Formats: sequence, C-alpha cells, structure tokens
Amino acid sequence: MDTKTPVDRRQFLRVSALAGGGVLLATYIEPVANASARLAGAPKTAADFQPNAFIRITPDGSITIIAKNPEVGQGVKTMLPMIIADELDADWSKVKVEQAPLDTVKFQRQFAGGSTATPVNWMPMRKVGAAARAVLVTAAAQTWNVPESELTTSASTVIHQASNRKASYGELSAKAATITPPDMETVKLKDPKQFTLIGKGMPGVDNHRIVTGKPLFGIDVTMPGMRYAVFEKAPVFAAKVKSANLDEIKKEPGVKHAFVVDGGQQLQGLLGGVAIVADTWWAAKSARAKLKVTWEEHPTSSQSSASFDAQAAELSKKTPMRSLRKDGDVDAAFNGNSGAKVVEARYFYPFISHAPLEPQNCTAHFKDGKLEIWSQSQLPEPGRALVMQTLGLKDTDITIHMVRGGGGFGRRLNNDYMVEAAWIAKEVGVPVKLLWTREDDMQHDFYRPAGYHYLKGAVDSSGKLVAWRNHFVSFGDPERMAAPAQPNTPLPFASSAGIGATEFPARFIPNFALDASVMALGVPTGALRAPGSNGIAFATQSFIDELAAAAGKDPLQFRLDILSNTPISQDPGPAGAPPGFEAARMSGVLELVRDKSGWGKTALPKGTGMGVAFHFSHRGYFAEVVQATIAKDGAVKVDKVWVAGDVGSQIINPLNAENQVQGAVLDGIGEALGQEITIENGQTTQSNFNAFPLLRLRQVPPVEVHFKITDNPPTGLGEPALPPVVPALCSAIYAVTGKRVRSLPLSKQDLKWA
Amino acid sequence: MTFTFKVNGKSTSVDVPADMPLLWVLRDVLDLKGTKYGCGIGQCGACTVHVKGTPTRSCRTPVQRVQGSEITTIEGLSADGTHPVQRAWEAVDVPQCGYCQAGQIMSAAALLARNANPSDADIDTAMNGNLCRCGTYLRIREAIHKAAAMPATDANAASRTGKSDKN
Repeated sequence: MDTKTPVDRRQFLRVSALAGGGVLLATYIEPVANASARLAGAPKTAADFQPNAFIRITPDGSITIIAKNPEVGQGVKTMLPMIIADELDADWSKVKVEQAPLDTVKFQRQFAGGSTATPVNWMPMRKVGAAARAVLVTAAAQTWNVPESELTTSASTVIHQASNRKASYGELSAKAATITPPDMETVKLKDPKQFTLIGKGMPGVDNHRIVTGKPLFGIDVTMPGMRYAVFEKAPVFAAKVKSANLDEIKKEPGVKHAFVVDGGQQLQGLLGGVAIVADTWWAAKSARAKLKVTWEEHPTSSQSSASFDAQAAELSKKTPMRSLRKDGDVDAAFNGNSGAKVVEARYFYPFISHAPLEPQNCTAHFKDGKLEIWSQSQLPEPGRALVMQTLGLKDTDITIHMVRGGGGFGRRLNNDYMVEAAWIAKEVGVPVKLLWTREDDMQHDFYRPAGYHYLKGAVDSSGKLVAWRNHFVSFGDPERMAAPAQPNTPLPFASSAGIGATEFPARFIPNFALDASVMALGVPTGALRAPGSNGIAFATQSFIDELAAAAGKDPLQFRLDILSNTPISQDPGPAGAPPGFEAARMSGVLELVRDKSGWGKTALPKGTGMGVAFHFSHRGYFAEVVQATIAKDGAVKVDKVWVAGDVGSQIINPLNAENQVQGAVLDGIGEALGQEITIENGQTTQSNFNAFPLLRLRQVPPVEVHFKITDNPPTGLGEPALPPVVPALCSAIYAVTGKRVRSLPLSKQDLKWA
Repeated sequence: MTFTFKVNGKSTSVDVPADMPLLWVLRDVLDLKGTKYGCGIGQCGACTVHVKGTPTRSCRTPVQRVQGSEITTIEGLSADGTHPVQRAWEAVDVPQCGYCQAGQIMSAAALLARNANPSDADIDTAMNGNLCRCGTYLRIREAIHKAAAMPATDANAASRTGKSDKN
C-alpha cells in the first residue's frame, strides 16, 4: 500500500539514551539530497535532525508518545499516537500521550488543517512505531543471544516463546539505546490484519480531564501575576482609531492600562483598536462598556450584503472576467440541439461565521526581549512569523505552547488574536490573557465567503446531461481577475472564495464552461470546514437535481449516469493538490447510500421526502441521503441522514471517525437551517447565538454512518462529510414541496406548501 | 463587596463587584476553570453550574444573587470523575473539542437527579439550552441513557439525588 509519500524525502529513526535511564526514539524526515550527502560522510549539522515523532521509554516501563499536532476537537491527539503504538505493540492502556510545543526544529508540519493529518502521517507514524519495535526486538535478541526471528511482541513486552522468556520494553530500554536503528524504508510493517489498536475505537486521551473540568483549553491558561485584556476593534474592518476616552477608562475600577493600538490594513494581521488591561477580565470588560471610540473613515464602510447582491446580478449579465475552464461548445449545445431541455438558475449562499464555542483568546508574556505564547492556533508556525514581523522579534525569541482548542473549524488558521495578545503583552510587560467576547468573535471572524452561481445546463432528448455553464460570481480583486491570466499565479479570489477548474461536474460533461467574476470585499474571509466545497456542493448538486427533474430521471440514478461517463481528460490535479476525482469511488458510495437508505424503495408519508447528494473534497468521497418532513407551514424537520464515505483502506479510530462524520453532518444541517452573516455599512450585523443559531439537540436527527473500505491510502475525515448534506436536505425539501431551494439559509425561504 | 457562599461543599468568601457574574468569580477569582464562557447571554449553556441543585447559567448570574447559596461546579460533581454522567461520557466517548461538555454534564446530572429514567423527549427538553458546536448531540443522548442505567457509586454524587447517596 503506497501512501504517495513524496519521493524526494526519506524518513529515519534516531535512537538515544535518556538522561536518567531509558531510550528516546525519534523519527525524522529529510530531503533525499541531504540524506545522501550525510550518508556519504558529509558533516552532520543540527538542522539535519528534524524529528517528526518521539517515543520515550523509561526503565519503569512507562511509554510516552508525543502528539505533535494542534488538537481542536478533530481527535488527532489520540489518533496519531495510536498509529505509533499499534506498530510498536505498546500497551495502550499504559501509554501516556503528551502534547508537543511548537518546535519546528524538533517536529515538522505541526498544523491542523485540510483534513491532512491522516494522509500526511499514516505511513511515517507506522514506520516510527515499527522501527522502534524492531530496535527493542534487537535489544532482546542480543540480551538473550537468540535469533530475532524467534521473538514476538505484545503489550509492551518482547517474548521468546521457545525458552519462555519475557522482557518488558522498560527492561529493554537501556539496551535499546545502544542499538543501531533499522532502515525506515525497509522496516517491516504489520499486515493490517495484525493491528490491535488501529481499527478499534479508542476514546479520546483527554476525555477524563474534560469530564472532570481540568484546565486544558487556551482560555484556562493562568500565570502568577497575570492580567486580563479586552481589545475593541473597529466595526468596519481595519478602520483606525481617531480618538478614544482613554483617560476616563484608566480611572475605572481594576484598570491598569488603556491604550490605542495603531495596527495596519492587513486583515490577517494586527488591526487598530483600543486595549484595556485590568486585574480581572470582568473589570476590563466593564470598563470597555464605557469606552467611547471615534473611528477613522474607511473605504469599505459602504459595502453591504444588499450591494453585493445587486453587483452580482449586474456581473452575471456581463461577459465573465475570466474563463477557468472550457470543454466542447456550450453555446452550440444550448442553442443548436432542438431536443435539448435547458435549465437556468441562480444559486446563492451567505457568509457564515465559524463560531467555535471557545471564543478567540491567547495568553502571552513578554520579558527581557523574549515572548512566550499559549495558543490554540491551528497554524502556530505562521502565527509565530506574524508575531515576529509585527513586533520586530526573532523566531528564537518566541516560544509557543500549543493548548487544546475549543473548536477550530478553520477559524484558528488565522492568528489575529495571537498577534494582538503579543502586542499587548509587550506593552504591559506582565503575563496577559487576551479574551474576546462572543460578540468580538462573531463580528471579527474570517467568514465563509458568500457565493453566487449563475448556472445553465441542458439535457438531450434521451435525458443525458450534455452541457453545463457556471458563471461563478465571488469576491476578490476585480482588476486582476479581468486581466490576462498569469502562469503560476494563484487566481485573485479572496481567501476560500475560489473554485477549482476540476470541480465536479467538470470532465464528465462534453460541453462545459466555468467562468468567474469577482467583487471587491473589505470583509475578512477564510477557510470554514470543507472550504469552498461547503458552498459549491450546495449549488452544483442542487442544480444537478434540477437537471435530473428536467430529464425525468431519478436523481440518484441520474448522478450514477453522469459518473459513468468517461472523463474527457485525466486530471491528477496540480502538484501538491489532492489527487483527482475517481468516479468509480464516488459511484461506490452512492450505491452504498442508496442501499442503506432504502432509496426509491421506501414508501414515505405525504410531507416526507428524501434527497441525495455527493461531494468529493479533501481526498474523501461522500454520498448522503436526507429524509425530511416539511410541515404545511414550511417548518423543516430532518428525520434521518444516511452517510456513505470512502476514505480508503482503513478507518484508524472508528469511535472518533463516527463522531467526526456525525458532527460534520450536523454542522452542515445547522448551517443550512439558519446561519447567515449579513454585512451593513461595512460591518457584521449579527453578534451572538441569538441571531446566529447553532443546531440544538431538539433538531438533531439520527445520522447513520457507513464506510466503504477500498484499496486506497487512508485519508482524513474532519471535513469531507459536510458538503453533501446541505444539497441533500434541499432536495428532500423539493421532493415534498416541489420548491427548489436556491438560496440559504432555509429560515429565510418560503417553504409552505398546499 | 464581600459575598459568602458554598462552592463544592466548601464555604467561600469573595470580595468582588456585586454585578460580577458567578462565572467570572468561579474562573478568575476561585480558579475553577472547568466552567466555561461561551456567549455571555445565556444562549449556549457552557457556563452551567448547579445553584441549590438547579442548573443555572453562571454567565447571567450576578454574584450577589448566590449569596448564601450552595453551588456545585464540574469540579465538585464527584471527587474523582465517578459520577455516572461523567463515567458514561467517557464510556461513550462523547467529546470532540470538549469545550461545552462541562455544561452538558452539569445539565445532564441535574436532569437525572429529578428524572432517573428520562425519555429522548425529556432529554431533548432538558438539554436544548446546551449548544455543542462540534455536534456530539447523538452521543450526549446516548450517554444520558447509559448514565441513567448506571448505579451511582460515588459518595459525592450529591446532585444526582440532592443528598448524600452511598448506593
């Protein structure tokens, strides 16, 4: 089984004695060129050794595995150590998992994003476990003077059955520290049938601390002498402070500091505002209630959701700024084929907020030119770079501790809260915890961008989909978008506001055109769980449903028919991008969800219907069926969701996998039902959960999860289950009401039916 | 001003502004970090504690209102995490990020204290004010049923029955 590990890098194991006894096993990855030079005798430098994982075994038998990536609820702190422990044959019940700090010398690729932890780490983590086990086996073989082939391992013990001898890994740890590690490229891995942990559900390693309320999260960090900060930023993004009543604020009870932060115009960086630092957070927040700030005028203060709607409508009538893909001749297909049925529709999805339940916060301490930071960032390394640049520090002056995050969903891919805390800490010189209010969090998010899809499609007289055009109106830099394409330059879309030229149904329709136009935007945007896909799937899958209806075909069979078309080109995707879409894998999950849901075979009462959709993202193939009941007054109740997913040959931690998939599906339902961020006068209208409703228990349907195991490398699960549920729900609504949902959220649509 | 009340069985005095919410007294004055801030307006339930056995949103409860009251937080639900709800939460592997779970557990414990064998509908009603952004709701329902079927083994699981329970 190949993991498509880049071939220009190689993994090695280093074994060393621990001070105080025991063995440290560290795996590291380095470019083949470096490795060759080193193996040829070139001098070794400290930078050559960049471990990707650590195992510590001490004589008392305790085994510690370092979890290197940020944990924000995706389960990676349990999953990556499980992979190592399985190949190591460690007794999981006694393994201690320890969170690594950000240390790009000791570790690599410490981030949480893109559902990448599994595809990136699956083989490297297996190899480190296997190589560490091999070292322990060699140590036992040398100790007992027996052939390694006669030794087996189980539960942190090496066993020599023939002589009935056993030695724990702890007992072998001193000897192991003297063993030359095996070649990681050829180290023998387990046959998957021999896995003892992988594939068996393991509860989260922090569960006990969570259910007993131990301080685990960023917001829980506390230090002696620590002060608390609030930071008021302009409602219009990046507007600067003109004046503020700082003298009054400084007299408020408990307030120690109040000052203006100038800030810049980079939305991802430090923005202007007023910081208030007090001896409790409540004192800082109470003082803030009396804060009066006059903000400078800002050029984006006239932007609004209504103005975007109007601009998009105008742009849709004009020649698109850019053609992203063109196959065949869509115009001829729309005009020439007399038997064709042509369908046109505009699809819209709104801005939405991440709203992780733990509001943004960060603790920082600046002392003697050194900065120490505690953060739940999903991208701590770029966070450090941002702090370096903004505060004029060196990376060696900054230490980042990675603390558990109360939800990520992509929000913590940005590091704005980190640079704010760092700036304030430098100003006040004592440890300071910056904590945003929920209102700050919702009004200063990097939103899932809204999007407009102007779609036109045609089915021929036999019901075959023959033409598709999408004029995608999004956000970005209009001037650059309208200019001629530059090779090797990213398209000038706003963050997460783009679309890929291979996005389905590209390649499966002979006449296909994908065009784009963009509007300027002053609102920050960013990746929200399944970025791009979480909106695009709604538009494209819903429109496929419309075309199925035009063709008079069953919506699920219509999809299988499209997937059975021979792709007009092979699209592996650009270098470094996820591999291309394999139609057979998608058909596989579509057939599985058809069978599990009883699609087309279940007699449903009036008012109840089923909808189906699929989507490929983050290397994962997901098809979902939603059954929903729509009351005559338009009230939507989701009765049940069936999910079929293909993420390769192995579900590493089924207990967490099911949780992630159910969570993603419920997330999507919550988004569809009621979530919308609107912009007025350049600022966000909504500020808390009363105006931005998250899904509540009463609205939660059963979510039945099925995985189709296929002979492909295992891939990630944090994101790809989300996108299909939105269009599947909308299709179920159509099945009941005959009304197409072309605009979200559902709470704003008239779904009443007679 | 000085306010006196009991937290997790211990008599406590704090000198804080009268309008300071109990949440911030617990977290930043008494260093009990298990109770979480989510919204500040009683919408999410992450700050749920028991005041005289009643699940209460501590973010909307000024400290002056709990003068003389008995308060239980997640840290005091049991001595070592053996309250049936806590055990069930671990057994079912409810948490994803875990941030809302202290509030969920406090609401669930209060539900079971007054209804030893709740139906799905009872659970939905009692727990509807607790948001879980990760969507662990299906396991929350499952874990409450599981906890209801468990014997209470912890002597400190007072809030389950409202009194000392050694069964």
